[in-house]
Amino acid sequence: MNGARVEFRGLRRRFGNTVALDGLDLTAEPGELLALLGPSGCGKTTALRCLAGFEHPDEGEILVDGSDITRVPANRRDAGMVFQSYSLFPNLNVKDNVAFGLRVRKAPTARRHARAQELLELVGLPSIGERYPHQLSGGQQQRVALARALALEPRVLLLDEPLSALDAKVRVNLREEIRRLQLSLGITTIFVTHDQEEALSVADRVAVLRAGRLEQVADPATLYDRPATPFVAEFVGTMNHLPGRVSGDKVTVLGQELPVEGPVPDSADVNVLIRPEAVLLTPDEDGDGKVLVSSFRGSTARLRVQLPDGSEALADVPGHHSVRLAPGTAVRVALVERPVLVSVASSGEHGR
Amino acid sequence: MAALSPQTLPAATKATPAPGRPHRIRVWRGAILLVAAVYFLVPLIASFAFTVKTPGKGVTLDAYGQIFSAEGFGRALLLSLGLGVATIAVVLLLTLPAMLAVRLSVPRLRPILEVVCTLPLVVPPITFVAGISKVLQWGPDYLASTPFYQTIISIQNPDFPVVLVLTYVVLALPFVYRALDAGLSAIDARTLVEAARNLGASWPHLLLRVIVPNLRAALANASFLTLALVLGEFTIARLLSFQTFPVWIYTISGSQAQVSVAVSVFSLLITWLLLLALSSAGARQRSGK
Repeated sequence: MNGARVEFRGLRRRFGNTVALDGLDLTAEPGELLALLGPSGCGKTTALRCLAGFEHPDEGEILVDGSDITRVPANRRDAGMVFQSYSLFPNLNVKDNVAFGLRVRKAPTARRHARAQELLELVGLPSIGERYPHQLSGGQQQRVALARALALEPRVLLLDEPLSALDAKVRVNLREEIRRLQLSLGITTIFVTHDQEEALSVADRVAVLRAGRLEQVADPATLYDRPATPFVAEFVGTMNHLPGRVSGDKVTVLGQELPVEGPVPDSADVNVLIRPEAVLLTPDEDGDGKVLVSSFRGSTARLRVQLPDGSEALADVPGHHSVRLAPGTAVRVALVERPVLVSVASSGEHGR
Repeated sequence: MAALSPQTLPAATKATPAPGRPHRIRVWRGAILLVAAVYFLVPLIASFAFTVKTPGKGVTLDAYGQIFSAEGFGRALLLSLGLGVATIAVVLLLTLPAMLAVRLSVPRLRPILEVVCTLPLVVPPITFVAGISKVLQWGPDYLASTPFYQTIISIQNPDFPVVLVLTYVVLALPFVYRALDAGLSAIDARTLVEAARNLGASWPHLLLRVIVPNLRAALANASFLTLALVLGEFTIARLLSFQTFPVWIYTISGSQAQVSVAVSVFSLLITWLLLLALSSAGARQRSGK
């Protein structure tokens, strides 16, 4: 493991009237892939740009392996970055693009070429060194950009939504490849994304940001199973909002009493947040629920169900059950017995 | 021209379904080309005919031979070319870093920069030169021994009048601004700069190795426009009494009418050659992109 520890301490940054970072505290452990996840405007990109040296925080500091780099110019930060937009130098061929950083450091030509070739092999493009960026596909360009960012063996790798401009299939392949590379190099990596699926699938830990603050940081399974706040619960994965009534530390929803996790709001009427896979359906002619739509996904099927009170919810069932749960089937609806998060009720919003 | 073609293309394809239309368009195209050709070619041919036909001697190229032996030709041409090169160097060194800095760090100042750079277009040269000569004339005697006075004198050195370079820089600003602005908009300057910074490049390094190579066509364009402006500028040089190329042509036309027209045709040829070189450089960059 040659990764560095990266710490954001009390980072604040405002642009005019908008607050991009509002006291962000976050640490990336050595060798870890940390995803920064959040809706647009949550400050994730600003945090990354502060780390790269393209933005300067109004307050707070950034430490890499314990040393404060907040005032170090961008060209001396020792952090390789892959950008969202295609950033290869159009006037240079692929090999010279990858070797650009070595050239800046006046490395001898032979070493530059050897290193460029080595990195192109690493990203799976050994034979395109002589081509120019405009001759490459989007996925190839981002691979070359990755090779270029790694050429100087940086202490930290920064990925600013590197996959968002690519086709769905290329995106999935490339993110797996990034993860494989990151694991084999053991480089501390910060991956900014607004795509929760992307964050959950590749990161060691995911930090969810909201309005410039850290909402929760946890490994993907914890984040999904035990979200700390309703915001995280809704942003990560799919959530049903079912009307419920709080009494004490219990909430009654669909006639079932479930323990409440986290803070209990003052008002009695709440939205109970339930994952689709926690909604259990049993075909039953006397059931007061009804399957409306079914979309088959192979191993699972996602059903839209009408509840007794007329509202709707999403339910995930094993794929082979979907035959018995065709649209129109009457069902009995139950919920998995486990603590649930609740949020203050807002009218007319069920399922997502 | 290149900017026009994408707009004209869809119009032409849209017109094709109607039978008979393409033919009519072709006729109109030919007619307009003919009118334009007549407009441009007739004066040129007339000038050329005037230079080669001497009453009594028939057709000779003597006038063109005389250009090179004419008094002051070499000096005037070299002076104008020198002024052009100096103006290009100063105006590019001034505008490129400024425009890049505004784009990267204070984009909201861009409209202001644009207005300032376009302003010289609306000031007539005659107003401009009146102001300059007033300033140059002003110089009370008690300042005679100061460096300020020396500077005023030295920028008016007739062998290389720096004051003309300064003036031409201002005159060239609108054209240079337009050319570079188009070039900078075509590349993602911010991302390229940030990528280069991230890889350890200093500002001078990234300007020379990243920005300039990717702005080659725009820089060539700006340089050409500036050179054409300097090679053709008459009013200011004449009123400040410097013997630049256009002033020399004007001077010689009084005594040797035929030679002066020959020089005009000759300088037009040079300008065309420069334009050709420029557009082929631009085309090479486009195909390489």
